[in-house]
Amino acid sequence: MTANNQIKSGRLSKAEVEENFSDLHPPLTRSEALIEADRCYFCYDAPCMTACPTGIDIPGFIQGIRSDNLRGSAHTILRENIMGGMCARVCPTEILCEEACVRNTHEEKPVEIGLLQRHATDPIFKSGEQLFERAASSGKKIAIVGGGPAGLSCAHRLAVLGHDVVVFNRDDKLGGLNEYGIAAYKAIDDFAQTEVDYILSIGGIEVRNNSALGSEVELAELVEAYDAVFLGVGLANSNALGIDGEDLNGVENAIEYIAELRQTNDMSTLPVGRNVVVIGGGMTAIDVAVQSKRLGAEQVNMVYRRGPEKMSASVFEQALAQTSGVNIHHWASPVRIVGDDHVTGIEFKLEGSDEAMHLNADVVFKAIGQKLHGGGLDALASESGRFVVDADQKTSVQGIWAGGDCVVGGDDLTVSAVQHGKIAAISIDQYLRNS
Amino acid sequence: MADLRSEFLGISSPNPFWLASAPPTDKAYNVNRAFEAGWGGVVWKTLGEDPSVVNVSGPRYSALYSNERRVIGLNNIELITDRPLQTNLDEIRQIKKDWPDRAVVASVMLPMNEASWAKYLPIIEDTGIDGFELNFGCPHGMSERGMGAAVGQVPEYIQMATEWAKKAASVPVIVKLTPNVATAVPPAKAALDGGADAVSLINTINSIMRVNYDTLTMYPTTDGMGTHGGYCGEAVKPIALNMVAEIARNAETRLIPISGIGGISDWRDAVDFLALGASNVQVCTAAMVYGFKIIDDLVDGLSTFLDSKQLSLDQLVGKAVPSVTDWQYLNLNYIEKAVIDQDSCIKCGRCHVVCEDTSHQAITHTVNGERHFEVMNDECVGCNLCVSVCPVDNCISMERLTAGNDPRTGAAISGEVLNWTEHSNNPMRKTD
Repeated sequence: MTANNQIKSGRLSKAEVEENFSDLHPPLTRSEALIEADRCYFCYDAPCMTACPTGIDIPGFIQGIRSDNLRGSAHTILRENIMGGMCARVCPTEILCEEACVRNTHEEKPVEIGLLQRHATDPIFKSGEQLFERAASSGKKIAIVGGGPAGLSCAHRLAVLGHDVVVFNRDDKLGGLNEYGIAAYKAIDDFAQTEVDYILSIGGIEVRNNSALGSEVELAELVEAYDAVFLGVGLANSNALGIDGEDLNGVENAIEYIAELRQTNDMSTLPVGRNVVVIGGGMTAIDVAVQSKRLGAEQVNMVYRRGPEKMSASVFEQALAQTSGVNIHHWASPVRIVGDDHVTGIEFKLEGSDEAMHLNADVVFKAIGQKLHGGGLDALASESGRFVVDADQKTSVQGIWAGGDCVVGGDDLTVSAVQHGKIAAISIDQYLRNS
Repeated sequence: MADLRSEFLGISSPNPFWLASAPPTDKAYNVNRAFEAGWGGVVWKTLGEDPSVVNVSGPRYSALYSNERRVIGLNNIELITDRPLQTNLDEIRQIKKDWPDRAVVASVMLPMNEASWAKYLPIIEDTGIDGFELNFGCPHGMSERGMGAAVGQVPEYIQMATEWAKKAASVPVIVKLTPNVATAVPPAKAALDGGADAVSLINTINSIMRVNYDTLTMYPTTDGMGTHGGYCGEAVKPIALNMVAEIARNAETRLIPISGIGGISDWRDAVDFLALGASNVQVCTAAMVYGFKIIDDLVDGLSTFLDSKQLSLDQLVGKAVPSVTDWQYLNLNYIEKAVIDQDSCIKCGRCHVVCEDTSHQAITHTVNGERHFEVMNDECVGCNLCVSVCPVDNCISMERLTAGNDPRTGAAISGEVLNWTEHSNNPMRKTD
């Protein structure tokens, strides 16, 4: 971001920024975990399990915590969701497992499944103990495009099943949005890389970073050279607002700023606006708004064109933004970004009326969703800019699977991407063993 | 507030809650604190011969926990008092003088010779105590020396020692029984035959708590070796209640007053013991887990309960005894079915899975494609397992069928009582 007199680093001291970006949900102590674990009713055909996109045996892993069998508990989690550590931190549990918990009916307070999952998995990531064993080598080799949750999940499961894998990753580091997109206070202490290291430690996964599809590597080559291909390319391009002033300095894509933030060691050195306006109603919008506030922006206004119930950010995330000091405006659509060389403000039309709203801004973040990056993918059937896949994550082209945010039905959640990668791996394994 | 003043064998106390003979009653310091807190009486920690026994200076206790680390059972290997007899006697004398309205009973354990009893009991009685409790119950340590449970397990020994004690004592004598027997009736009968004024029960149960998972030795140990202890606390209450009720309903023992002991933690536990035949109760573990303050709830809860039932303390004693019988007299024509209140059901499915896996396959899981738990009367035997495991209070209840046919057996429901002694499947049935 280009600095000017309104956009500067050091709005807060390093210590203040560190405090603002400490663990959003501190881990449970052993005592807290035992007390919380005891609240689990060990339901039959547990609703929380059904609500988990990866189908983790939640009562099972909680029983492991109860009986001081944390290793078994971690295995129960990670065998369904190899990113169970990150998901414990970033899953919107309030709309997934914890929403389904029968304790909500009993006392309106679900078992803290996310925190328990973290309690069970943290020791394994700390020790690095290998919980999985690779099957005998199949002699098959699979290309995976994308080093995010979908790709890494697929790679790990394929490696466990005895296949060799090459991951073609666009970025400098593996992890995808876990490394470049998740809000910093949800994955402190470089957890994304700890998890990547754990996943790779199974063996059989070769990584080629800085290898983007369409430039460094072509899909046709991969199809030719490998026994199968999995695409977990995400949605690399931010959607544009399509309004006047979008090219002014200070108008930024939220995901790019977040990526910069995640890769900065001393966040107090990041340039931060005084008046920040965020356009959008999803998790990315919340993340950039809250992080801007926590970096010291004076005013952060988040503007969404529809009502709160339509926001894809969960109620918890909306509340987090508000308690962090972000103003959320609903029912307002951006009409024009104002400024000479640099943005000075943005005008909105209020829905259902002729009135307009003006907000001063020296930074405008666009967070209205992303779309697929091209890269020679036209051969695959797609809808609304996402690949069409079947229940096994197969695309319209034989030998190519896809999963994560880049497929129809992807819901922009790490946990769903992990599940797609896992299903695809199982399907690829069956395909290769039967062919 | 109901009057909780208690007369047990003519021994008065402001309430029926005594502290049992155990570590909490080992010294004047503790007993003063207990009386300040409001306890009705104490049974002083068991006195023995001089020189005193010696206790281990390592772990004496270990606990069985619920997951939230609540103590539900406690194991101990502490012996009787390890202080000089005279120290105890001086303190007892002072306590009785300072607290004349409270019951002070001395627990004693002596070798199986009459001379010991004749020698020690008068010295102890001289302190002004209200009564004796003969410790025929401790299952650890002392039993190896032919005392405690070693006496309590042999009715002839109980009778013999009780007779010696009665000869040497002028105050009432309570015989404390061990649960480490097949049935408590013969020991109680022996105490009665020996002239005991009352029995108290239960003492602790032989127990080993667990192993140490690191060393794979038993836990806890003293310098690497362990020994069985005596088990007490909430977890033993049902065992104690059965033994109390056995004595209270047996024709030969039903008139002997009972002091109920075993896992009493709140006022409801006291109601259990009193209604099943105890005239007062003794408490130890709950105090050792929470301190003496628990007396407040015991007193207040019992008093409120008696008011709500419009009963006096005496009227509560033994109230439930007539409802206790042998299995053979249960009415086999009586039929109940479980009913799940759908409004309070939280759909955890525990009732379903336990019925499905371990019982009678009588609870649905899915109805019309929805997660729904409902009792199938054509399979339900009325076993009460679902009621027992349901985490929601009063969600599942048992309802009696009074008319028509039992959907499970197809048999007509009869209003007549039919028990096993008369049942046609019983080859030994009574016939006219």
